[in-house]
Amino acid sequence: MQGPFFKHIPLKAYLAALLFCLLLLPPIVGNYWTQVLGDIGIYVMLGIGLNVVVGFAGLLDLGYVAFYAIGAYGYALLASPQFNIHIPFWMMLPLCVAMAAGGGALLGIPVLRMRGDYLAIVTLGFGEIIRIVLNNLDPVTNGPRGLLRIDPPAMGGFVINSPARWYYMILAGILFSVFVADRLNNSRIGRAWIAMREDQDAAEIMGINILKYKLLAFAIGASFAGIGGAIFAARQGSIFPENFSLMVSINVLCLIIIGGMGSIPGVILGAVVLIGLPEVLREVQQYRMLAFGGLLVAMMIFRPTGFIPSARRKLEFREE
Amino acid sequence: MISNLLNPEILIDQVINGLTIGGIYALIALGYTLVYGILFMINFAHGEIFMFGSFGGFWALTYFVNRGITGNHPILCVAVAFLVAMVVSSVLGALLERIAYRPLRTAPRLAPLISAIGASIFLQNVMMLIIKARMQVYPDIIPEEFLEMGPVSISYFQIFIISGSVLLMVGLYLFIQKTKVGKAMRAVAEDREAALLMGIDVDRIILITFVIGSALAAAAGVMVGMYYSQINHMMGFIPGIKAFTAAVLGGIGNVVGAMLGGYFLGMAEALGVLFMPAEYKDVIAFSLLVLVLIFRPRGILGEVVSERA
Repeated sequence: MQGPFFKHIPLKAYLAALLFCLLLLPPIVGNYWTQVLGDIGIYVMLGIGLNVVVGFAGLLDLGYVAFYAIGAYGYALLASPQFNIHIPFWMMLPLCVAMAAGGGALLGIPVLRMRGDYLAIVTLGFGEIIRIVLNNLDPVTNGPRGLLRIDPPAMGGFVINSPARWYYMILAGILFSVFVADRLNNSRIGRAWIAMREDQDAAEIMGINILKYKLLAFAIGASFAGIGGAIFAARQGSIFPENFSLMVSINVLCLIIIGGMGSIPGVILGAVVLIGLPEVLREVQQYRMLAFGGLLVAMMIFRPTGFIPSARRKLEFREE
Repeated sequence: MISNLLNPEILIDQVINGLTIGGIYALIALGYTLVYGILFMINFAHGEIFMFGSFGGFWALTYFVNRGITGNHPILCVAVAFLVAMVVSSVLGALLERIAYRPLRTAPRLAPLISAIGASIFLQNVMMLIIKARMQVYPDIIPEEFLEMGPVSISYFQIFIISGSVLLMVGLYLFIQKTKVGKAMRAVAEDREAALLMGIDVDRIILITFVIGSALAAAAGVMVGMYYSQINHMMGFIPGIKAFTAAVLGGIGNVVGAMLGGYFLGMAEALGVLFMPAEYKDVIAFSLLVLVLIFRPRGILGEVVSERA
């Protein structure tokens, strides 16, 4: 974008062109790839949410999958034959957000005073507890047999049930998430998070209420996972406790780190690479996690800021 | 279930179980605590080092069984298996330190933690590819016999694990307190820069710390293999987290604390099963961890404060 011609095109125009291309994709790439793009899209949403916690606020959360599970099970229990309750998707969506945010705050309260490593381990434990409970709370969750025949979202007679329809639905979800995350990042709250991330003590002295902003980060980050979970459950039609293993948390964390912590374009790139690439390279699927692990170590040593770093993060990783 | 508590036989059985599993947790917890004491980082891949140790012992024992020499010298075979396991884990621990942690020693705190998570995933998948994701069955060498003492019965395995772990811990304690290297380890933990100025080769001491922690984890790995008789590539995850819990319980960075924390956790789990369904056993450890971190972040004995983390 060096030439004089490109310089005059505003960023918004590029984004609009990109969005237009994205809208045209499903009929071009066919059902299978539309499905894959949907999978990537859900991870983009999770990535944007975890990015609020890890990237913006600097709290390493390894139990993010718990909120995803809360959203998914919350929707599935109230919109399936399990208890014969069928609340419409659109009414459930805010409820799932509230439940996940509540879960985030609930986890946030006990861990508020912890930093770094301890926080990572406790959140990891929380994620595992949720999975164990889902697996063993047979009368409610059906245990390992999972919840089946979950209602798809419908508006009047229009049911979202084909890959293409889901694609547009998820795309709308991503646009909404990106908008919210971007506005948050540039708000008073976002600046408070950055200050807290870079030096908690200094931020506190400057009058930032650390406990409040940590709780906010957990609750807001979790609500993205709540939406993601509800969409996941409605899209799959059936969910099982194994869908919510530690690997989901690790995957989401990886895509943030590889893309560039704190940067929204980075999250999107990370999701495309991490979730999309294994689909392209089917034959080497068994080496996928091996490569992830190696990549994480290599990234930390050679490019700790990720591929598309946020400007401020770049500075942060350079000092010391 | 409460009636179980009133039955002394079940109670004693569970206490013995607690001591057995507690010794194993303590051995793994020591690795976390030693590394944390010096580098202030959680070696997330420690559970995988434990897992590789278990496989080292498994390969050695399987080799001996195939050669048919276990019948004549069972004790020698077990000893060699422990040695092989410790060598495998020590080499791995040293490589890990060298490749994944040393370049990041001055990086921001999040970097080594993420690197450790990456190393953990990497090692799990290396083993998964080696064993093709199948459960492996540990060869039976020590016959499963019970020693009857009045109403109490204790298996030879349990005696072996309980005494073996105590022996290793006493050895470690003496090593840290009495030898020159141990003294250097304490000095580096106290103040790395001052130790450097006193002429201590800090890099070497850190490497030695990783090697010792890994060797202890390997011993625990072989014990777990022999005790539960089935192992796979994911076996390091849960014991790793639990041992970390034990280290935190005892006050992370504190060597004696990690030992006590291990036994405490083992007991809590063994006795907790009397009160609640066994499926929730893993929840006990996590809940304990959260509670301790909230109410007593320095752990039982206390040393390093969580605020430092």
